[in-house]
Amino acid sequence: MALPLNPGPLPGPPFTYNADLERLEIELLLEGVFRHFGFDFRSYAYGSIRRRLWKRVEAEGLKTISELQSRILHDADAMERLLLDLSVNVTTMFRDPTFYLEFREKIIPVLRTYPFIRIWHAGCSTGEEVFSMAIMLEEEGLYDRTRLYATDINDVVLQRAKQGIFPLDRMQEYTDNYIRAGGIRSFSEYYTAKYDGALFSPSLTKNVVFSQHNLVTDRSFSEFHVIFCRNVLIYFDKTLQNRVHKLFYDSLVMFGTLALGSKESLKFSEFETHYERISSVEKLYRKVH
Amino acid sequence: MSETNDVGYDLVVVGTSWGGLAALRALVNGLPKSFGMAVTLVQHRHKDSDELLRTLLQERSELEVCEIEDKMPVEQGRVYLAPPDYHTLVERGHFSLSTEAPVRFSRPSIDVAFLSAADSYAHRAVGVVLTGANSDGSNGLRRIFDRGGLALIQDPVTAESPTMPASAVRSVPRARVMPLPELIRYLAVLPTAPQERHI
Repeated sequence: MALPLNPGPLPGPPFTYNADLERLEIELLLEGVFRHFGFDFRSYAYGSIRRRLWKRVEAEGLKTISELQSRILHDADAMERLLLDLSVNVTTMFRDPTFYLEFREKIIPVLRTYPFIRIWHAGCSTGEEVFSMAIMLEEEGLYDRTRLYATDINDVVLQRAKQGIFPLDRMQEYTDNYIRAGGIRSFSEYYTAKYDGALFSPSLTKNVVFSQHNLVTDRSFSEFHVIFCRNVLIYFDKTLQNRVHKLFYDSLVMFGTLALGSKESLKFSEFETHYERISSVEKLYRKVH
Repeated sequence: MSETNDVGYDLVVVGTSWGGLAALRALVNGLPKSFGMAVTLVQHRHKDSDELLRTLLQERSELEVCEIEDKMPVEQGRVYLAPPDYHTLVERGHFSLSTEAPVRFSRPSIDVAFLSAADSYAHRAVGVVLTGANSDGSNGLRRIFDRGGLALIQDPVTAESPTMPASAVRSVPRARVMPLPELIRYLAVLPTAPQERHI
């Protein structure tokens, strides 16, 4: 593919920008967002939040983080746009197919032993992995005795997840993932193509409860057999990660399963000793004490 | 010419795409066991790549080569490989990963890694651009240079694919440009910053 040799600068501060001043401005903005709107992004991983803020600065036609602070405090629509930037995590169906294969082999047999199964998708974003899980449970004959709780801080993405419509141009990739994840049917059985969207079967969401939940400020709301939280904690700093791990620990039944993203690890958290690895490759952990 | 600072360096970030495997194998092979900086390698590769690259690099390196996981600490004398299908960001003292959209078709993006390293390590960061068939890394290398860090580029004429280093030279005309073997020897003897001055 032809790429321009000198694409314009990436969103970010001008080269002469003072890094300490930038950090101060970012902290002030996040403090303002928390105190005025109640959304707490103060303990998010700095590098990523910084990128997202600068993208918003640029999209709004502004020059500095401080100008963005002023705009969002006085313009509710601008705050909505920023909230989407900060809280939307990109995901795909059957992301890391080998993970789902391992889940089928190692966790499904354990779930079969429960009369009723509760699974929490924490930070589900637009729901791709919730649908992936629903499909797998359906194929394993467990869906009818499962309730899936799909939560996210952002109501806009939850509404999209509820609709169950995903871009049609991703279906080839998702079909490949599905097959490699051990899918046993034809993936196209699960959706109907409509315009440029793929509408997934409503039967997949009949046992899904979508609700707004903030991992930073809200408490546990039930006890689960599986907590699924992949590539969400990477956006938090270490302190916040530990707080959320405490929440997960308190919300899991004994011998319940914690599923993290393939490049996430409990090794760098305070909760490593409370779990054992179930798989040598995938990030599947069992709560043991 | 990119001048060396007087306190030394903590962190090297290397970006490469096409032709990168041979160049990275040569690079890690040329770093002595006593090498005092953390070395981060950002190589464009397929999202489903496995352990192979890490294994191939470990074969040639006296330093321990590991694939980065979220919040992994940045330690001296180790080689860190950016995982496929994530952006790698260097924070102060540890790595963070992100699944934000690819930047100019790339995830990992070399620019994203360079920009975060420049922000976290400023003049104690070294950015290195090697062979590659696109212009990723040019903006980020510029940022490392502007924050007082050291900018090194493989001489495009000697690179398997000259596009990426040539683009970096245009973006940072005062970077040090050298053929790969010379660049590796230069890197191997760069002074390491004393630990207690770690920012």
